[in-house]
Amino acid sequence: MDNLPWIFVSALLVNNFVLTYFLGLCPFLGVSNSLATSARLGLATTFVMLVTAVCAWVLNTYVLIHAPYLRLICFIVVIASTVQFIEMLIKKLSPALFRAMGIFLPLITTNCAILGLAIFATNRGYGFVEGIVYALGAGIGFTLAMVLLAGLREESELSNIPKLIQGTAMNLIIAGVLSMAFMGFAGLFSSS
Amino acid sequence: MSTDTLKQPAAPSSLRLVMTLAIAGLVSGVAIIGIYESTLPTITANKARELREAVFKVLPGVSRMQALVYRDGRIVAVPEPQKDEPVVYGGYDEQSDFVGYAMPAAGPGFQDTIALLYGYLPGKKQVVGMEILESRETPGLGDKIYKDAEFVAEFSALSIEPEIVAVKKGTSTQPNHVDAITGATISAKAVVRIINETHAAWAEQLPAPGSEPPLTGEPADNGTGQ
Amino acid sequence: MKKNESYEEFVKGIWRDNPVFVQVLGMCPMLAVTNSAINAIAMGMASMFVLVGSSFLVSLFRHVIPKQVRISCFIIIIATFVTIADYTLLALVPAVHKELGAFIPLIVANCLILGRQEAFASRYPTRLAVMDALGMAGGFMLALFSLGAVREILGDGALFGFRLFGENFEPWIVMILPPGGFLTLGVILLFFNWFKYKKDEFLADVAEAERSGS
Repeated sequence: MDNLPWIFVSALLVNNFVLTYFLGLCPFLGVSNSLATSARLGLATTFVMLVTAVCAWVLNTYVLIHAPYLRLICFIVVIASTVQFIEMLIKKLSPALFRAMGIFLPLITTNCAILGLAIFATNRGYGFVEGIVYALGAGIGFTLAMVLLAGLREESELSNIPKLIQGTAMNLIIAGVLSMAFMGFAGLFSSS
Repeated sequence: MSTDTLKQPAAPSSLRLVMTLAIAGLVSGVAIIGIYESTLPTITANKARELREAVFKVLPGVSRMQALVYRDGRIVAVPEPQKDEPVVYGGYDEQSDFVGYAMPAAGPGFQDTIALLYGYLPGKKQVVGMEILESRETPGLGDKIYKDAEFVAEFSALSIEPEIVAVKKGTSTQPNHVDAITGATISAKAVVRIINETHAAWAEQLPAPGSEPPLTGEPADNGTGQ
Repeated sequence: MKKNESYEEFVKGIWRDNPVFVQVLGMCPMLAVTNSAINAIAMGMASMFVLVGSSFLVSLFRHVIPKQVRISCFIIIIATFVTIADYTLLALVPAVHKELGAFIPLIVANCLILGRQEAFASRYPTRLAVMDALGMAGGFMLALFSLGAVREILGDGALFGFRLFGENFEPWIVMILPPGGFLTLGVILLFFNWFKYKKDEFLADVAEAERSGS
């Protein structure tokens, strides 16, 4: 019943992975101290999400209908090995691209946003195209949240902030405000 | 790994590595299949009971049901609908006479997809009940689509032709009007739109009133919804 | 002596090294399900089962598992326990399972659990490993519960579904929505920072006094 624009915008803004599902928080809070790094990590995450969506679709269609109980283990093992394989491939084919996002790939594989994407797409019964669109929306949404937070953090370094609140506490509160702002996107598709 | 002096200093052979992983995988597989097999009957029974309760709730007076799908140009009863196949549930009374359909429907709401079930009497062209199965609408506002008894009651004798219209609270005049919820207009309208869309999608496929498929199968397993 | 040691491992996870408040680990699955106290406890129980189970097995087989494939083995063990927890919850308490939904499988991706296997369970004897796991899981559950309780009380005016305030209480709905999760955790971390700051200040004062006294 879901159509493609709704899936995309829903994953991108209304149900942003970081700001409403709290997925991928570790890199969100850990790496988001510089704009450039955040953008590259976001790009790499989007890429891994696309790969994940394809893997999840293949597994769901050909393997897991016979053995639904192996879902979790299959997702983890297959996604991790595929990403590792692609990492080697990129290293061989394009050292420049590898320098840009390669170092992030192992980090991303263990990110809960990746596993979350595979599980959500399965629970919602998405097909191949829907899965790809969902992954694209989720990945770009992740990048957006990362870049926004990094921008705010870079700004905040210039201001005089009480020592007590610096660090994770402040980042979480900034994220809370961002999340509140993103709530304004709810209802985009139903207010016809 | 300086803290662990007990590990073998020599690198183990590849065979050993592969064997370890294989054994771990095997043991884990056995454990998972074990828990799956032992919980499956309870899980299936729970799901069937939930579905049955929802169907009986949206179709008053119904005590038996079966799954119906659209195959080869007509509606047929099936014991087990295929995955991803659109399905409606036929509700039957004590005498196994057809009463109405329970129609599953889903679509975008305010926050996320809303999934619901509504009871439909083809003879009267009326919606006679609505139950939200899944929604992530805003607590305190959007969740009134299932927490507000008044709103749910709007769907207990609602004319579906030409289509349901959500109007401002207190201004409902026609049999096809629904009073929207103050503060949750979008969620209320989403529910109405989802029902209208589902009705339109099935309108061509449902048989003429009076020629619904009869109840099949043994009375004993009628209630399971399978 | 032995007894003290395991007690020590247990207590450190609950307070001094609390996985969430002090180490800021394992937040991914926890913030999403802490919109009510009961959900938080269910999630905490599931995580405890997985953490204690896998720590026990990892510690038991720590001499058998070759170093090179240890991470893969840990993940297989953890994923098995998570699947078991998932199906058990689905069969026994379908209502709770529906609330927690997709976040139960995501326990696998909780960095806390894998982190404990790598840092502790694979290096210490079984008893200590289980105590450590119990402590860490206890601390995790305490953190989940405090978040869930704060969010439910402020956002819904209730705890475990019981109304705490009169009819006139206007709930802060935003607290049970996602922003509330970020804000609550942020404020709690702020409190921990303050606590640590005060303690450091106090210790510095004591040291100062001792120096000038001698």
